[in-house]
This record gives sequence, structure tokens and C-alpha cells, in this order.
Amino acid sequence: MEIFWVLCIPLFGGLMLAVFGMRRYAPELNSAMSFCTFAAAAALTARVISSGSFSAWDEQFFVDAFNVFLVSLTAFVGFTTSLFSRPYMRIEHDHGKLSANRLRLYYSMYQLFSFTMLLALLTNNMGILWVAMEAATLTTVLLVSLYRTPASIEAAWKYFILCGVGLAQALFGTILLYFAAEKILGAGGNALLWTHLNAVKTQLEPTVLSLSFVFLLVGYGTKVGLAPLHNWLPDAHAEGPTPVSAVLSGLLLNVALYAVVRSKVLVDGALGTHFAGNFMMGFGLFSVVMAAFFLSRQKDVKRMFAYSSIEHMGLMTFAFGMGGPVATFAGLLHMTVHSLTKSAIFFAVGHAAQKSGTQLMDGIRGLIKTNPTIGWGMALGTLAILGMPPFGVFTSEFMILTTAMHSYPWAMPFLLIALGVAFASIFGRMQLMVFGETGGQRLPHPPALIPVFVHLALVLLLGLYIPPYLAEWYRQATALIG
Amino acid sequence: MGIPFSGQLINMCAALLLLIAFAMLSQRRILSLINLFALQGLILAFSTAVVAYTSNQHHLYTSAALTLLLKAMILPWILHRLIRKLDIKWDVETLFNIPTIMLVGLVLVVFAFNLAAPISQMAGTITKSTLGIAMASVLLSFLMMITRSKAVPQVVGFLAMENGLFFAATSATYGMPMVVELGIALDVLVGMFILGIFFFQIRVAFDSLDLHHMEKLKEN
Amino acid sequence: MTYSALFLQLMQNVLVLLAAPLLLGWINQCRAWLQNRSGAGVLQPYRNLVKLFHKDAVLAHNASTLFRAMPYILFTCMWLAAALVPVLATDLPLSPAVDVIALVGIFALARVFISLAAMDIGTAFGSLGARREMLVGFLAEPALLMVLFTASTISQSTSLITIVETLAHKHFVLYPSMTFAAVAFVMVMLAENARIPVDNPATHLELTMIHEAMVLEYSARHLALVEWASALKLLAYMTIGIALFVPWGIAEGGNWSALPLAVVLLLLKLALGGAGLAFIEAVSAKMRIFRVPEFMGTAFLLAVLGLLTHFLLES
Repeated sequence: MEIFWVLCIPLFGGLMLAVFGMRRYAPELNSAMSFCTFAAAAALTARVISSGSFSAWDEQFFVDAFNVFLVSLTAFVGFTTSLFSRPYMRIEHDHGKLSANRLRLYYSMYQLFSFTMLLALLTNNMGILWVAMEAATLTTVLLVSLYRTPASIEAAWKYFILCGVGLAQALFGTILLYFAAEKILGAGGNALLWTHLNAVKTQLEPTVLSLSFVFLLVGYGTKVGLAPLHNWLPDAHAEGPTPVSAVLSGLLLNVALYAVVRSKVLVDGALGTHFAGNFMMGFGLFSVVMAAFFLSRQKDVKRMFAYSSIEHMGLMTFAFGMGGPVATFAGLLHMTVHSLTKSAIFFAVGHAAQKSGTQLMDGIRGLIKTNPTIGWGMALGTLAILGMPPFGVFTSEFMILTTAMHSYPWAMPFLLIALGVAFASIFGRMQLMVFGETGGQRLPHPPALIPVFVHLALVLLLGLYIPPYLAEWYRQATALIG
Repeated sequence: MGIPFSGQLINMCAALLLLIAFAMLSQRRILSLINLFALQGLILAFSTAVVAYTSNQHHLYTSAALTLLLKAMILPWILHRLIRKLDIKWDVETLFNIPTIMLVGLVLVVFAFNLAAPISQMAGTITKSTLGIAMASVLLSFLMMITRSKAVPQVVGFLAMENGLFFAATSATYGMPMVVELGIALDVLVGMFILGIFFFQIRVAFDSLDLHHMEKLKEN
Repeated sequence: MTYSALFLQLMQNVLVLLAAPLLLGWINQCRAWLQNRSGAGVLQPYRNLVKLFHKDAVLAHNASTLFRAMPYILFTCMWLAAALVPVLATDLPLSPAVDVIALVGIFALARVFISLAAMDIGTAFGSLGARREMLVGFLAEPALLMVLFTASTISQSTSLITIVETLAHKHFVLYPSMTFAAVAFVMVMLAENARIPVDNPATHLELTMIHEAMVLEYSARHLALVEWASALKLLAYMTIGIALFVPWGIAEGGNWSALPLAVVLLLLKLALGGAGLAFIEAVSAKMRIFRVPEFMGTAFLLAVLGLLTHFLLES
């Protein structure tokens, strides 16, 4: 029943905002809808905590420790982002960048986007997972081009085509998966149910599954932003409105990675080797290194943080690729803290860019003088994402690095150099933006910075102390992923 | 040669699909490209119906009807309307050297056949040998997208790739489960509408549908 | 070897000889209709031939023996080729000689002679035509061979008779690979017979002509033979196409009763083929000579694809 609410509220919200999205109260309606979704997700979580994993509606939907934690994370960040976008979008409207009609499109698509992500997380059917991922692309593509500037349209086109092609590969992987499953489970809709596949995974044909995994990894990996398939990601993040950048980075990438990890579980079971893990480690490591070096050359602040997202997604992929209890635990933790921190950073960056009237880092100076809250939010967020203790990112990165040092020492130099380069370049830029000299003005509307500090506080908390039920939850998910 | 007649018919359709994929690859005119795409949809629907008849899989009749409706009628119709509205009906596109593209295409076909060989040996369907062709047409559409510089041909390539995937699903497994197939069809349709909106946005922003104008966002 | 078979062979030889100009006339007539002209009638090529045979031949001063002998060699080659192709029945005295590679060889021989003769006088047009002819031939030949190999792999033999027997008289099988081969074959046929879009048989425009440039220096009976040979070549290609792709209805070796039907069917197929050719010519534009390699490359590619699909789908 909770699943029904979790899915229906955003769907209904999307339809309703398509009608009322141009009214003055639309932002509040949007936040209210997101809040209801979050409440439903919390109820779902409570049920999973109390009674364990379950499936619903003919097993079409399925909740276990792994996806329920992502569902609540998605709903939470979706809610806080809607809070942030309330003043942000008003300011954009006042600046004349967006008309009322575009705002309607924005709010409606925002809710539908939440719906597709939650559907992707909750469905038990690998085919529907694909459909939801494709739908997530479709709902965000018009959000990326919301400003209708040539650059934003170019970014959206790139996003659409690259992700479309990528997802076509994933569809082929899904077809191959069904092909292998059909032999064991028989034809029909149930052969693509993940729970059924998981039960018979050792009997699935290894050759087909390994081929299928390659296609799935390439396909969903495009969406995760793994190098060398990442080209769309910096453009889409830089040219879209900031709340969209925040949900893309904080949520969509996670959901795509979730799809990869789900496939990996099946393939590992069928092959009994580290085949899938090796692939993921390779892609992950390459993304980390590549992103770190591109990061140092960026001039646009949102682009720089987009590359930082690629770097962190690479790190997570690497962690899940290594496998084993510690690395998987670290990967899950990193998913959580990265999505909280990165969305917080984008909130702060969004207001900073609005205030300075540019996204170029040379134009953003002295935040701490004109808007101390934005300045502090950005400084703390940057420190958190760079892995400074005591924030949660430090904990997860530390766990990943120690596991890598223990099991795959050859990867250490790459990881350390990449993290070092990323640290040096982001930290240097952040100092100038936060502490430099400026003659800027204050913003007309009070910025919504509560979400920033709530997120950062949560990250700090996770760095100092992981609540026992959360740890238990991660452990269950870890056991599931293996 | 123990293939029954319906099997031969399906093989024939597969060969025609491959032929169309190559024709698309070398086609310079946008209008002919769309007509080829509609023809591809038609053949796809026909072969799906033949598979449905032979294998007695009734749900495949639905997919065949869906394919006929969506890919042979609605999508080409939308594309026709779009190019008429955008007035690019007679646009001729300069491509890379066509023989080179064709040679690369040939290499892709060999690659796809080899890749599909071990899988099709495991398949129990009468259509198993067409899996290689399905894969080849996916790769050829991919090649087409890479070598085109205009928006509409890229989209046709994208849709043709989806056709190839659909054919792969039919030939390897007698089609995906119905829910999934419906979902995919919905995605394709919505995607097409969004692309339609996009064409107009691109046109307003760049005064042309040539994607060469879109080279601002590059890594310096 | 019976007398009846010998008679049949003879009949086939005479028939192709006489029918070739008729086919040309029919194609021209169809083209005229498609272009909304009334046309000269299907018998016009005969009238042309008669007219040319009645004229006095004029030869250049520096023409060598080769130049004079070429029309006869060309005519013999083409007649032989057209006569070899099984059109009515499969079991004839010349049947053992009907090898597809040999057929391609005969065409190549004719090409060598016509090109040499074109350069013999030393005019600019002759050399230009010869060079272009060699270019087209060089590209068309591998494509043609690939088409024939596709058919050969199906029937496991390079003998055209065996191919026809396999395709026509075994139980009916659809060969996807033959679709590719058929498209490639049509392209090769257009190029080899100097039809639009590769060459235009009805023009003497110096920038575009290929075949006509080579025979500019010929007149009277020589020219008549050359033109007749071209008609025979077209017929030979058309019948090879029929034998490969629509062989149904051909009389099985020595079966006299099937012969009338075979003749009727053959005429019908030729009429349809000719109309189709005229249609292709009417709807396409002559391409620039530099695009010809692309065109022939596509033909070759399709033929190779045919071979590949054969191994994928039919083995």
C-alpha cells in the first residue's frame, strides 16, 4: 500500500501541476507534493524496518534493504530540492529568464521525474526498470533546455541522443537477460522479475549473461556518467537550472548505478567469477582519473562540480566493483553522503551564481562578505565533498581506499593522484569564490539555505556516527549485493 | 535445408531489413530516409505477424499490430509533418565518403554476425539465425547516427535502432513480456513528441537543423 | 547427345540472335512511353541494322587489322555468351561449357578488344572512352563475380546449368541472400550495358559518354555488328538475371512438352525485365562519372552481404 502512495503522489502531482503550474502557489504545491512523497517513503521505510523486505502486486514491485534506502534518499533529496527551487525559481522568474509557462513545465516535469525514479527503484521487473530509466531521460531533457538558450538546447540534445543510444544498449542487454531467463523460468512477464532471476541466478547461461552485462553496464553506465560515456553530463549540469543539476547529480546518477548493481548481482551469481566486478572497477577507476584531470581545467562552477560528480560516481562504481562487505558498505554510504553533499553544493552554487549573474568562477568572488550563509554553505559543502574529516564522505572514501589498498594495491596510485588533483583544484577555486574581494549586491529574495545546512548536518552526522538501524540497513543491503 | 517456409519468409524479411539499413546508411535525402523508415516498420510488423502465426504466440499479434500502427504509420506521419512544417523536405545532406561508411558497415555486419553466433545457437526459436541481422541493423543505425550531421536523420537513426532492438527481441525470444513492450512503445512515442518540440527549439535557437552549429560546448 | 537436343541448341542460338534487337526496341519503346513520347516502335533496331549493313564502310587511314577485326570478335563473344545461357532448356550440347566464370571471362575478352580498338585510331575520345570503360569494368567485374558466387555457394557449383537446376527444379525455397545478389546484379547490369545512371546509350555528349566514345570511329557494317553485339550483351545479362533469380518455368533437360510454356514464360519475363529496366532508366538521373566508383562499390558491397547472409541464414 505504501508503494502505491509513493508512486501515485508524484504521478498525480505531475498531472496536477501540469494544470496549475502557472499559478502563484505552484512552488508551494510542488513542495507539498514532494513532502507527501517523502512521508509515504518514510512509512514504507518504517514498514521495511519492522517487517523486512516484501513484494507487492503480483510481485511486480519489490522492496528490500537496498532499494528502500535509495527510495527514502530520493524522496528526501527530492523534497529538499523542491524547497530550494521555490525561491530559486521565483528569482529566475523575476529576472525574466523564465515565463510562467516554462515554470509550469518545470514543476510538472519535476514531479514526473521523481515518479520515474521511484518507479525505477521499486519495480521488480528489469524491463520496467529500463522503461523507467528511459522515461527519466525524457522528463529531464526538457528541463535541461528550460532556458532555451542555444547552449542549453545543445546540452539537452546531447543528453537526449547520448543517453538514448546508451539506453538502447541497455535494452539489448535486457533482451539478452530475458533470453537467458526464459530458458529457466519460461516465457512470460515473470521471467524478468528480479526476485525470480535472483533465485535461479546460478542456472542462467554464463555466456549470454556476460554479454548481457557488458551491454547493461555500457547502457546504464552512460547514465551514471562513467567515462568515456560521460560527455553529456557536464553540459546537462551546467546548462540546466540549478535544482535540475542538483537532482541529476544527487539522484538520477544513483538510480542508474542502482540498475548496474542489480544486474551485477545476477551476473555474479551466474558466472561465479569476478567478471562483472572487474569491468566495473575498470570503468570506475578510469572515470575517477579522467574526471579529476578535466576538473582542474574548468572555468564554469557548475561544470566543475559536474566533473566532481563523475569522479564520485566512478569511485562508487569502483567500490561496488571490488565487492566484499567493507567496500559495498562504503559504496552505499558514499552514495548517501555524495547525494546529500552534492545537492547541497548545487543549492549554494545556484544562489551564488544568481547573485553574481554568472556561472564563471572568475565572476564569483567574496561570497562570505555579501552573503555569509551562502559563503559558509559553499565552503563547508566543498570541504565535505573533498573528503575532509569529520564529514561522512571522509568515512566512506577512507573505507574504499583501505579496501583497495588491501585487495588491489595497484589501483592506489591512480586513486590517490586523482583525489589529490581534485582536492587541489576545487579547494583553490573555492577559496577565491568564498573569500575574495567583491562589490556584489545581496539577493532580492531571501535564499533558501535551510536545505543546504540540513544536508550538511546529515553528512556530518554520518561522518561521526552512523545510527544503528541505518548501519543494520546498510549491512542487510551489503549482504544482498555481496 | 530443413527450414520450413515460414522460417524462410522470416529470413527473407530479415535480409530485407538489412538491405534497408544499408539503404538508409547511404541515403542523402531526408524524405527518402523517412520513407525507408516507414518501410522498415512495415516489414518488421509483417515478420512479427509471421513469427506469431508460426510459433502460435498470440501476444505477438498485438506487438505486430502495435508496430504497424506506431512505426509504419504514426511515427513516419509525425516526421512527415515535422519536415513539412520546418520546410526541410528537400534537404540534401552531405555525408562522409559513402563507400567508406559502407565498408565500415560491412565490417560491423561481420562483427555482429560473429557476436550473435554463439547466442543464436542456444536459442530455440525458429527465428534464431536472424539475431545476427538484428544486431547488425542496430549497429548500422548507430553508425548512421554517428555519420549524420543533421537533426532529423539522427532521429531516424535512433528510431531505426529501436526497430533493430525490437527485431532482436522477436528473433531471440519471441518478444519481450507485454508490459515491457507497451512501456517501450510509450517511451518511443513520448520521445518522438519531445523530439518534435526539440526540432522547433533548435530551429529557433540556431536558425538551422544542422548540428554543426552545436559545437560550443566542448572541452577546451 | 540426341539430334533433338542439337536442334534445340541451334534454335536457342538463332532465337537469341534474332530476339536481341527486339529486346532493345522494346526497352526503347517503354522508355518512350514513360517519357510521354510515341516512340519509334519495337522494330526500329532492326531497321537501323539493315540501314547500316547497306552502307559503305569508312575506315581511318591508320586503322590496323585489330580495328577491323574487333566488330567480328565482339559479335562472336556476345553471341556465344548469349547462346550459352540456358534460357529454354537445361540439357543442351553446349551445357558443359556454361560455367559462370567462363561467362565473365568472355565478357572480359570482349572488353579488352573493344578498348584496344578504341585506342587504335588514336583520337582523344577513343582513349577517353576506353579508359572509362576499363574503370567501370574493373569495378563491375568483382561485383558480378560475387553475385555469381552467392548463387554458386547455394548450389555448390559454378556451372550455370546446375545453379538453374537447383533453383528451379528442387522444391521451392526462399533465399534471402539472393535478394542482395539481385539488387547488386541489377546495378552491375546497368553499368556493364552502358545504361542510365552510369552511361547514356542515347547521347554523344563528350563529357559523359563511355560506350559511345569507344565506337565513334566505326561505320556501316562494323557499327551494325557492334550495335548488335551490344543488344546481345544486354540480352545475355537479362537472361543470366532470369536464370539466377526467376528461373521457374525453364524446361527440364529433353522435356519437349514443357518447351512451349518455357518460350512463353521467357518472353514474358524478358518483357517485364525490359519494362523494369526502362522504368529504372526513366526515374534515375545520369550520375557524374566520379560517382560511378561509389555506385559500383555499393553493388560489390551488397553482393558480399548476400554471401554473408547466406552463411548466416541458410547454412
